[in-house]
Amino acid sequence: MLVIECPYCGARPEPEFAYGGQAHVARPSEPATTTEDELLQYLYLRDNTRGLFRERWRHVRGCGRFFNAIRDTTTDFFVTTYKVGERPDLPGVGA
Amino acid sequence: MSNLTRRSPRIDATPWLEALPAMTRLSFRGGPDASAAAARGFGVALPTAACRANAVGPRAALWMGPDEHLLLAPLTDSAALRVALAEALGQTPHSIVDIGHRQVAFLVKGPQAEWLLGTGCPLDLDLGAFPVGMCTRTVYMKSEIYLWRTAADVFHLETWRSFTPYVVDMLIDAAQELVA
Amino acid sequence: MKARTTTGGRVDRSKKIQFTFDGRSYEGLAGDTLASALLANGVHLIGRSFKYHRPRGILGSGSEEPNALVTVTRDAARRTPNLRATQVEIYEGMTAESQNRWPSLEFDVGAINNLLSPMLPAGFYNKTFMWPRSWWFKVYEPKIRAAAGLGVAPTLPDPDRYAQQYVHCEVLVVGAGPAGLAAAAAAAQSGARVILCDEQAEMGGSLLSERSATIEGLPAMDWVAQTLASLRANPRVRVLARTTAFGYFPHNHVGLSERLTEHLATTPANLPRERLWQVRASEVVLATGGIERPLIFPGNDIPGVMLAAAARTYANRYGVRVGERIAVLAGSDAAFEAAVDLSATGATVAVIADVRPVGSIDGPGYAAAKSARLRILPNATALGVTGKLRVEGLQLGLIGADGQVVAGNTIACDTIVMSGGYTPSVHLHSQSRGKLSYDETLGAFLPAATVERTRSAGFSRGVSGLAAALNDGATAGAAAAAAAGLHTTAAPLSASSLDAGLAGQPGALPQLAGLIPPKKAFVDFQNDVTTRDIALAQREGFESIEHIKRYTTTGMATDQGKTSGLNALGIVAATSNRRLAEVGLTTYRMPYTPVTFGAFAGAARGEQFDPVRRTPSHDWAVARGGVFEDVGNWKRTRYFPIGSEDMDAAVHRECLGVRNSVGMFDASTLGKIEVVGKDAAEFLNRFYVNNWTSLGVNRSRYGILCRDDGFVYDDGVIVRLADDRFHVTTTTGGAARVFGMMEDYIQTEWQDLSVWITSTTEQWAVVAVQGPKAREVLAKVVTNVDLSAAALPHMGVAHGQIGGIPVILMRVSFTGELGFEINVPAEYGTDLWEAIYAAGQEFAITPYGTEAMHVLRAEKGYIIVGQDTDGTLTPDDAGVAWAIGKTKRDFVGKRGMERPALKAANRKQLVGLLTADPAVVLEEGAQVVLEPNRPIPFAMIGHVTSSYFSATLGRSIAMAVVEGGRSKMDQTLHVAMPGGDIPVKVVSTVFYDPQGARLNV
Repeated sequence: MLVIECPYCGARPEPEFAYGGQAHVARPSEPATTTEDELLQYLYLRDNTRGLFRERWRHVRGCGRFFNAIRDTTTDFFVTTYKVGERPDLPGVGA
Repeated sequence: MSNLTRRSPRIDATPWLEALPAMTRLSFRGGPDASAAAARGFGVALPTAACRANAVGPRAALWMGPDEHLLLAPLTDSAALRVALAEALGQTPHSIVDIGHRQVAFLVKGPQAEWLLGTGCPLDLDLGAFPVGMCTRTVYMKSEIYLWRTAADVFHLETWRSFTPYVVDMLIDAAQELVA
Repeated sequence: MKARTTTGGRVDRSKKIQFTFDGRSYEGLAGDTLASALLANGVHLIGRSFKYHRPRGILGSGSEEPNALVTVTRDAARRTPNLRATQVEIYEGMTAESQNRWPSLEFDVGAINNLLSPMLPAGFYNKTFMWPRSWWFKVYEPKIRAAAGLGVAPTLPDPDRYAQQYVHCEVLVVGAGPAGLAAAAAAAQSGARVILCDEQAEMGGSLLSERSATIEGLPAMDWVAQTLASLRANPRVRVLARTTAFGYFPHNHVGLSERLTEHLATTPANLPRERLWQVRASEVVLATGGIERPLIFPGNDIPGVMLAAAARTYANRYGVRVGERIAVLAGSDAAFEAAVDLSATGATVAVIADVRPVGSIDGPGYAAAKSARLRILPNATALGVTGKLRVEGLQLGLIGADGQVVAGNTIACDTIVMSGGYTPSVHLHSQSRGKLSYDETLGAFLPAATVERTRSAGFSRGVSGLAAALNDGATAGAAAAAAAGLHTTAAPLSASSLDAGLAGQPGALPQLAGLIPPKKAFVDFQNDVTTRDIALAQREGFESIEHIKRYTTTGMATDQGKTSGLNALGIVAATSNRRLAEVGLTTYRMPYTPVTFGAFAGAARGEQFDPVRRTPSHDWAVARGGVFEDVGNWKRTRYFPIGSEDMDAAVHRECLGVRNSVGMFDASTLGKIEVVGKDAAEFLNRFYVNNWTSLGVNRSRYGILCRDDGFVYDDGVIVRLADDRFHVTTTTGGAARVFGMMEDYIQTEWQDLSVWITSTTEQWAVVAVQGPKAREVLAKVVTNVDLSAAALPHMGVAHGQIGGIPVILMRVSFTGELGFEINVPAEYGTDLWEAIYAAGQEFAITPYGTEAMHVLRAEKGYIIVGQDTDGTLTPDDAGVAWAIGKTKRDFVGKRGMERPALKAANRKQLVGLLTADPAVVLEEGAQVVLEPNRPIPFAMIGHVTSSYFSATLGRSIAMAVVEGGRSKMDQTLHVAMPGGDIPVKVVSTVFYDPQGARLNV
């Protein structure tokens, strides 16, 4: 059971959260001009990072907010969590 | 035809559990402007700090999320409250939804209240970590609960209606040790 | 109790306890374990081994015991197998039995395996039982299962209660020996919340086995009592005895298993049997001490061969003389200390044979043995043990100056105690992903870098000597509190004790390492792994210690390497000419000792396994014999049988009742979401495939929700209650995920929208009234509403009152009949249900369940998302493309469903199927094929999604997804079944009233 820092509520236990997959995958908002390749990227292609990974969580049994986190997939330790719309730069952390 | 009668889930009183009467319960959602305006209509400030509740007399505003508050008031306030809120809010964008029947409220109380909730709630409920006036959604075993500490040894707890028997039965089961 | 000393020990000699073992009565004392009580009665033969059924005795004195596994029975439902006799506290009337023997412990038929052992080498199962393959499940697997295993689990349900508790602290201290107690005391002084746990009944760890140690000028156990009293008096401290820290999980989450009633003769009804503590600690101190290693020599498993530390514990803590004539086999200085204490019990120490070279024998233990004038024989080794059910002699070997071993005397003895040195217990450190490094001096692995916020203290990190361990613990406790943000300093503690050396050399006896002995020398007693098995594994090419572990099973199961791990490594290192550090260590896994399923399950069993969500009509349905089905956590009435009706008969009647007059259905479980805000319509426009801006207030529309990949995800009727307020319904199972998906798009994609959502699933109870007489039923109960078709047409919404309570009436139909769904605040739901039932009596209203609902909607071709769709159907595939708002620039799934593959002509499309024989009801899930009697392999072009017997139509109906299905209308296809193909005709999905005449009345 991990401890996850909700950017709104603070450190809370994992059962309150739902995992939300890779972060910063923007939805193409113009269907008319979205290419097949852009759609493929958006719908299906995700990184499988070994190490620091930007991912989404939702504090579903708490404040209900989606937020982003940087977690080391090899250790399960979080480097940081941040609100939707933010994007802290960290050395060694990919897109 | 005869009038319909309101039927609440039965919660037998024990030294650790106490059913609360039906109350006016509104889910308020909106930005800071709306919360500030709603406070004028409600008579209680809607907390801006995370996981905090304000109570004035029988009315209380509980922070549930950055754009969400739970407003509690006596049942008899219902109609007047809706009018007052509508007047105070005017055109300020917001959402008010009546959830008076969605949730059932009861108290978990007594010197062992913290221990009892700890049988299924993974939060640190020590007074230092979860002081009086703190509130949040969280879980008790496999159910979502709304938890608000109203005194050192009193927690106001709410569950969605159909989960109430599950949570209450689990608490009663866990409290068997307290009988002795 | 012939082997009980006259004085000493921590047992209460005034409290005698009667118990039975294998049907024989014995007497023990309060404070005894089953092992100490049996030893006090001279009983050494306790069990039979796992594979060879060899007689086994007691090796250890605590959780490290691999041999003495017993079954303790209170009653038929409370029979607990595989308990270590060394941990079982006896109580008055206890019934214990040995395991893995038949017909008796002394004469065991299964011991034939011992004679067959040349045929049962390492990897035996893998090699022998692979052929013929078909025999594995039918013959080998069941036979092996029956023959293998240890104790037998009870078949009755567990009648006891198991509790669980979350608990948080700044400092968790695991282990209440000298280091752990000092750590807890130092941490507690800071005001930190401290939890101190220990697996034993009594706290004190190694101090419980000391005779003369002192701490702070007090006898050691007086200091323990004083320290514990002070800890217990501190409200911030929780002291948990009989509590095993079994697992170390991420972020300092540690699982503790507490046994509350196992030691009681009568168990209080209100107490749980066990409690699972889930601890979240800011800092953890691991003061888990160490475990003595056996020496590996032929016959080292014969009852009467015992660890020296265990023998000393039986002497000093339990007042039990483990033998009358004892041979000591020393591989560490600690063996000498044990010899001195054993001789103090009145036993004769026949010899202390030291396996180490003469120059390396030294230490406080050795000095004490010398001054006690015990007979010490250096340069010795053990070539074998005589005796079968009990040791009768030790066959000594003598090591010459050239290193050659010559046979020596056989020393007559009834007990052999041995010490190969001590292994620090690094299990939890290793579980926390901490690194280990090999310490050549100690001959063991020690904790190195940590990953979690944890630290080891005392002998678990190699610090030996009482004073050193105490101060190491105190320092660790203070440091842990400081790391958690509290301040304290550790006052130095003084102590005196013998402090025998604990170092040793892991592996087989050095002199034997090269020549693998012809007789069995056990490395892992519990899994019956010998030196030969490990050598064989290496000869067969297994080099990695992880592979050797799995091939030989050494260190697996409950042992988890406690007594065997390091010795196995030592043998591998010696035979492969590698340094032990190079061989590496296998990963320690949780649990440290077995944890019961009961503890993990806690209260989540039976009715309380999962939340059971009940609808307003639940009790009413129960009273009428309603049969329920689970839909998610909801209990929904499947059908309401009358008299002896089976499901088919009840559903037949219920369907006709709705079609011919009127039926009522509890639709409260449907998900409901209120969408509010000035952009509510725009949000729904972007979210659902339909157009919502054109929907008028108090009108409703059937909505389809897709994912962005263009596949149908959910559906439901959406009502516009006001310009800025919509009441959205979802499928019962989809409520939570649709709500989450809405929040996702609102919060992360469309922050430009002024809209909020609130779940109202449980705010409303819903009764559906369906059938030609529905309006007449409603007319009897609803006030302030014009129910006429003109005022309230199909998909119209009205607000009225029933019994003085405001209700929302939605004129919607999932049956194809005139229908209404009445929404009332949930706490009026039960009364509403009964009011409708009463009002419907004159029309013989039929309460119907989910099964009839399914049939009725299938007759009309209405889909059920998740049954007729499976996440790979577009709205067009499902035949609901008409719902799509074609002029919208964007909505979720718009671009996805434009992909060429999703528009291909041969996509699977939903169609109706009619069997040639109207009595044949197809099986849902059955495959649809083009041709009958086709050669194998053949293409399957679809499958049946819904299939029922329609009482209304007097024949079977089905829906199926079929490749290019809509272009195959009126064609004959075949449904492949084991009994032969069933010919079917492709038809429209609307089987009944295709014009909708019954709806628009």
